[in-house]
Amino acid sequence: MITLGVLERSVMNALWESPDGLSAPELGERLVAAEAPAKRRELATTTLLTVLSRLESKGFVSRSRATRPHRYHAVNSRSEHTAELMHEVLQLAPDRDDALARFVGSVSPTEAETLRRLLASRGTGN
Amino acid sequence: MTGAWIGLAVLALALAWPVPIALSKAEWPARAPGTALALWQAVALSGGLSMIGALLTFGLTPFENDLGLASTLLSGHILDGPIPAQAGALQIVSLAGAVVLSVHLVLSLATTAANTARERHRHRALVELLSSPMHGSPGTRMLDFPAPVAYCLPGVRSITVLTEGLVRVLDAAQLRAVLAHERAHLRQYHHLVLLAFKAWNIALPWFPIANRAEKAVALLVEMLADDDARREVDDTSLATAIAIVGSPWRDNDPASARIASDEIVPEADPETLGARVSRLIAPPAPLSRAARALVLAVGVALVTAPVAVLVTLL
Repeated sequence: MITLGVLERSVMNALWESPDGLSAPELGERLVAAEAPAKRRELATTTLLTVLSRLESKGFVSRSRATRPHRYHAVNSRSEHTAELMHEVLQLAPDRDDALARFVGSVSPTEAETLRRLLASRGTGN
Repeated sequence: MTGAWIGLAVLALALAWPVPIALSKAEWPARAPGTALALWQAVALSGGLSMIGALLTFGLTPFENDLGLASTLLSGHILDGPIPAQAGALQIVSLAGAVVLSVHLVLSLATTAANTARERHRHRALVELLSSPMHGSPGTRMLDFPAPVAYCLPGVRSITVLTEGLVRVLDAAQLRAVLAHERAHLRQYHHLVLLAFKAWNIALPWFPIANRAEKAVALLVEMLADDDARREVDDTSLATAIAIVGSPWRDNDPASARIASDEIVPEADPETLGARVSRLIAPPAPLSRAARALVLAVGVALVTAPVAVLVTLL
């Protein structure tokens, strides 16, 4: 059985690869086609809509209601989200309250500056 | 009671400046990080209680022959009647200061905890979308990022996050060392200690008791996790892993060459790194049992003193 987490990840991966966005039926076709033929099975559109609305409420997916069926877009690219995570982990934002225990401690200001540039280029690139 | 407030004020001053400065410079904490962590917690707790206690006992000096009145004041009836004639302006200010400081400290802890929970919630949701589970290592997830980074996300289901860059540069034993280190953080609830000291530093940023403490505690927590990891892997693997992950990092992998040309990912604080690595390469003798017992006794005494004075007020 596919868990909700795995399905959310597949949905996001499909949306990240589709700059023009996808409707729920298109998304279903992509996900089924991505499976190995032996494991292939239908995905109920209602299941997908549930997953999409969960992702929408978390702020990762936006919905455009101009057309029917509605089209779904990823709010940020995959690399932008990765950059956001690494920003938090490496505590580049001084006002962060999160005290994450990291394998190697704090970062010197000059290195942080370099990393900030790296993350910025990752965020806008590809 | 005059003696009590002077005593508490002296204790509060000592714990706010000279004691944390001396403790942050001492070398013995590296030989007994668990004991040192306990002492830092005692210093912080006792420091806060003495500050509040000194203000409170000074403010209540006019009522020293009437402890019933003192507890009436404390129980909130202060708002009911006129201000007693024998209480001077200084005493009123002192009492107000005690209330303001108490509220400030509690609020700082509450907001820091709430902000942390909110950020961690979103962080976890993102990690679950962006990373994939690591086979053969439950609770561990791999993130596609070129720099070597490892950290843990505490929670009901704790997660250890490793980047692909980390797995690429470390060998099997070094990777085991990193995982054992992160699991020790989670098992020993280090995030709660770090959170408390973070809130403490946000509340009193200009006091050594708070800013030195946060830094010292962060290092001690790493040393404790290192000690735990050493039970599973040899010291050299752990030390090498720390050095590799902490070194300035240059990406030579063609797969990520599209990103940038001059990417160097963070060099960790050399002071912290050096302390951890040298401790593994040339381990100092652990502190004797008697010395550790003495430190713990001092810690207990530090907390007991202001508590004892505050209890007599009631």
